[in-house]
Amino acid sequence: MIEAKGLTKRYGDKTAVNDLSFTVKPGVVTGFLGPNGAGKSTTMRMILGLDRPTSGSVTVNGRPHADHAAPLHEVGALLEAKAIHTGRTAYNHLLALAATTGIPRGRVDEVIDLVGLRDVARRRAGGFSLGMGQRLGIASALLGDPRTLILDEPVNGLDPEGILWIRNLLKDLAAEGRAVFVSSHLMSEMALTAEHLIVIGRGKLIADTSVTEFIERASAGRVKVRSPQAARLRDLLAGPDVTVADIAEGTLLVSGLTSDQIGTIAGDNGVTLFELAPQQASLEEAFMELTGESVEYRAPARTAERSAA
Amino acid sequence: MTTATTPLRTGRVTQLRVLNSEWIKLRTLRSTFWSLFAAIVATVGLGMLFSWGFASRLGDHRHPIEHAATIAVTVPLRPYVIAQLAVGVLGVMVITGEYSTGMIRATLSAVPGRLPVLWAKAAVFSVVVLVLMEIVSFVTFLGGQAILSTHHVQATLSSPQALRIVAGVGLYLTVVGLLGTALGAIIRSTAGAIAALFGILLVLPVLGEVLNLTSWGKHVSPYLPSNAGGDLLTNTPDPGSLGPWTGFGVFVLYTAIAMAVAAYLLKRRDA
Ligand SMILES: Nc1ncnc2c1ncn2[C@@H]1O[C@H](COP(=O)(O)OP(=O)(O)OP(=O)(O)O)[C@@H](O)[C@H]1O
Ligand SMILES: [Mg+2]
Repeated sequence: MIEAKGLTKRYGDKTAVNDLSFTVKPGVVTGFLGPNGAGKSTTMRMILGLDRPTSGSVTVNGRPHADHAAPLHEVGALLEAKAIHTGRTAYNHLLALAATTGIPRGRVDEVIDLVGLRDVARRRAGGFSLGMGQRLGIASALLGDPRTLILDEPVNGLDPEGILWIRNLLKDLAAEGRAVFVSSHLMSEMALTAEHLIVIGRGKLIADTSVTEFIERASAGRVKVRSPQAARLRDLLAGPDVTVADIAEGTLLVSGLTSDQIGTIAGDNGVTLFELAPQQASLEEAFMELTGESVEYRAPARTAERSAA
Repeated sequence: MTTATTPLRTGRVTQLRVLNSEWIKLRTLRSTFWSLFAAIVATVGLGMLFSWGFASRLGDHRHPIEHAATIAVTVPLRPYVIAQLAVGVLGVMVITGEYSTGMIRATLSAVPGRLPVLWAKAAVFSVVVLVLMEIVSFVTFLGGQAILSTHHVQATLSSPQALRIVAGVGLYLTVVGLLGTALGAIIRSTAGAIAALFGILLVLPVLGEVLNLTSWGKHVSPYLPSNAGGDLLTNTPDPGSLGPWTGFGVFVLYTAIAMAVAAYLLKRRDA
């Protein structure tokens, strides 16, 4: 359980996190989304007591992180920058961390097996691949069997197998009743992993919603329809809340109607359909729409490029 | 499946456990081994070389060396000047190694009180360096004197001031290392902290020689850290120097101040 209230962090004039309030509940994976520089990592560092909030406060399992007698048992973290000394073996890294809290050696072996690093546990972390490093970071996070987990972009740079592994791991951890807080840039990834979403842009809260709700809103009425009778269908679909766009020869993008409704209308009127596809892929678009004004670092718009040329 | 099969929730962070953690960290890095190895080889190897060189000059009867018996006490231990660099670098890296790799964030989120980490690093490092360098110092002294004994000018541990100087090498090197740790915690970059430490140990003494040429500078230069610390290790003090224990006390005081600043900053700053 993480509770942030009015969390604010300024670095000089730069406001990295701006009056952020949210709750991360146990038993679910909560996705933390935002474009580059939105303040995700800064928020996570404040939760862990690494950065001091300029104002506001945040508690983990009911207390500020620093007030826990054994923080490793309360919250485990995988930070964006690998928090691992490259000169030490994976085993010794975990052993040193475990020692701070009197966690027995047996648990070190347990988490090594859990993340599948047994074969390389005696090798120095500096030589680890990205995926192995992430696994070691996750092993560190799980060391104290904590009730709350914080992971900053855990799938960054992982291969599909690694991504799948993390996805299932996070779900399992949540199913065990833990609060799991995961940051990402990728809406599509979070749609598969998380149940709840907290979206920020320029340090400010943009959305605090369940994934289902977000997806419904995102894909509401966006359906791609391909038909040899596109023009006829276009007229049939017309209505006050419906917009239809021609996106290619014989292909329409319909918003304001579900695919069920479109299929029914087509069937009733004997219109042949080649394709009827709810636009799930528009998740990223919806995300970008949501965060559009708050994107901080973006490539110059194409049109601007063209007019400059 | 991810749940621990062994009950874990009994543990809590204590200073003793943090000490154990830092001991594990220190002994599981190769850089620890190599820095200490360098310090030991420099002290023993160069100590023997200096002793051998001094012995051959003693053998030259046309140019007798004045106060040979006094000089003989310190000759084998002179390489402490080199050893202090290796020990100092290790002292720095004990903390900057964590900043450069990001490990510090794992460390400080496990021990959010933060100060126990600094104390533990300082304590573990001190004990290791003190024990090791005391042994090395005594071995070097005795070995060096064995070489000198061929010319019948050797000193013994009961020569005037000899015991203080021999034991002092370990003490001095330990404090140099701690100064490195404090600077490392303040500056947080390996290169920066090493530059600062070497500046204090190597550049300031040169500055001190310049100061000695001025009337007021004479009163300042004995208080420069390396001059004050070095008082412990000489039996031919410069005029106006503070005396062995006072000088060393001043050096310890500087280090304590640096450590206090380090502690304050570690507690205050974002990690
Ligand atoms: N220590 C710092 N000093 C100054 N500015 C900082 C510091 N840390 C972060 N910032 C700034 O605060 C803002 C938020 O950064 P943060 O790293 O939290 O974003 P993020 O959401 O994690 O981004 P990304 O997706 O790229 O990881 C950025 O503009 C960044 O430049
Ligand atoms: Mg980030």
